[in-house]
Amino acid sequence: MNDVVIIGAGPAGTACAKLLAENGFSVKVYDKRAEIGAPKRCGEGISEASQDFVGKIPDKCIAQKIKGARLYAPDGRYLDAILSSGGFVLERKVFDKWLAEEAVKAGAVVQANTFISDITKDERGYFSGVKGEFSGNKFEEKARVVVCATGAESPLRNKALGVFSKVNLIDSCIQYEMTNIDIVPDLIHIYLSNVLAPRGYVWVFPKGEHKANVGLGIVPQDKKPGAYMEEFLKLHPEISKGSILEVNAGCVPVGGLVKDMVANGFVLCGEAANHVNAIHGGGIKEAVLSGQMAADTIAECLKKKDVSKSALSAFNNRWWKERGKYLRKVEKLRETLEKLSDPDLNDLVDALKPEDIIEFSRGAKLSILAKVLMRKPKLVSIARHLL
Amino acid sequence: MAWNINNNKCLRCGGCVSVCPTAALELRDNIIHDEKLCTLCGVCEKACPVEAIKVTKK
Ligand SMILES: Cc1cc2nc3c(=O)[nH]c(=O)nc-3n(C[C@H](O)[C@H](O)[C@H](O)COP(=O)(O)OP(=O)(O)OC[C@H]3O[C@@H](n4cnc5c(N)ncnc54)[C@H](O)[C@@H]3O)c2cc1C
Repeated sequence: MNDVVIIGAGPAGTACAKLLAENGFSVKVYDKRAEIGAPKRCGEGISEASQDFVGKIPDKCIAQKIKGARLYAPDGRYLDAILSSGGFVLERKVFDKWLAEEAVKAGAVVQANTFISDITKDERGYFSGVKGEFSGNKFEEKARVVVCATGAESPLRNKALGVFSKVNLIDSCIQYEMTNIDIVPDLIHIYLSNVLAPRGYVWVFPKGEHKANVGLGIVPQDKKPGAYMEEFLKLHPEISKGSILEVNAGCVPVGGLVKDMVANGFVLCGEAANHVNAIHGGGIKEAVLSGQMAADTIAECLKKKDVSKSALSAFNNRWWKERGKYLRKVEKLRETLEKLSDPDLNDLVDALKPEDIIEFSRGAKLSILAKVLMRKPKLVSIARHLL
Repeated sequence: MAWNINNNKCLRCGGCVSVCPTAALELRDNIIHDEKLCTLCGVCEKACPVEAIKVTKK
């Protein structure tokens, strides 16, 4: 009998495993991927400040250090925001494996190529284990608590808690990892435009002098991300001249934060609970935080020998207090930004000062955005929405 | 009435799985579709980043 079985060895699962193992609990983490972290489904951007939670990220995980962001208005003008503390573009394949190794060092067991098909319950109706397949061989494993850290891509979150992403609350994304392109390598490049990427944005996240993740996310519709990508590349010969090393797709949750993430003997965390920043779609830091908070609660509950829903709901309370309230505000901000037309977005980038972007990156305060919008008469009505 | 996937187009991203309201999809080497659970609602087709899924309701 394990204390905890975790499904998914992404940042949420391995962060959770590490903390639990450090507290002396027996933990197993299973991932269906043949190689942890691969293929990536990610632009690989993360802020330097995230290291406060993630731990010091080793150089081998970092493809490029970033000083700030270049924000392009639909009309092509741009604004550079140089951050006092910058960011990284990671090599997710290396990063995810590093996180997994950290969990193993702390005492957890991690196993790739292990598909979990079902979560089992005991006679009391408590979740009590998993059924799976390791390299084709079926097995069953028991645990006092089962953690679902599968990301959004698994039906297990739906089977266990009825959680799925509403189609209008995901951004449908395509990304090419490209080389032999010309870019400013120490800035991430963000293109805002309802023509280029309705509701979402186009990103160019450098991974070296002439290499980058070039991607975009849009509101789901008949015209697919690939068609938008072609149009973007046509406008950017300095990028389209390059070669494509990797094609990634994915749907990232931009809303639908799950209210209740626990059941008897069961916890949902990370992107599986839609724990993603709804404006930029960043989910690595949120996954780690959510996994760690889940671990804290599970450790407390195991010590008290009570893993009932009501005991585990301490995780709900803490996560909503420390992350949920803030992420819900970010989601509201996205809903507001979604209403801006391209001329509005031009005005917005015009009205923004580099310091404003820095303020946002520190934690979007709606009142600050409102002040920015107030600088342009046409945007005042939108500003009022925020106040 | 039919649910179809073009495995040459599919990039195995699992986006369709994340939006399926009835847990009828699963990402293994390919997308696995459970006919018994599927209601042909079509949200998977809408979410798919690459036009790999076609749902016909008739
Ligand atoms: C196109 C795109 C770009 C993105 N760009 C960024 C970015 O630049 N920065 C950022 O911070 N975030 C970004 N994100 C979001 C980020 O990638 C995710 O939010 C983050 O990886 C979530 O971590 P997680 O641990 O919750 O889930 P995941 O990283 O998805 O890990 C879940 C793991 O569970 C495994 N799993 C699932 N089902 C099973 C099963 N049945 N059995 C066994 N294992 C299973 C999977 O194989 C996977 O390894 C992006 C997302 C997309 C789609």
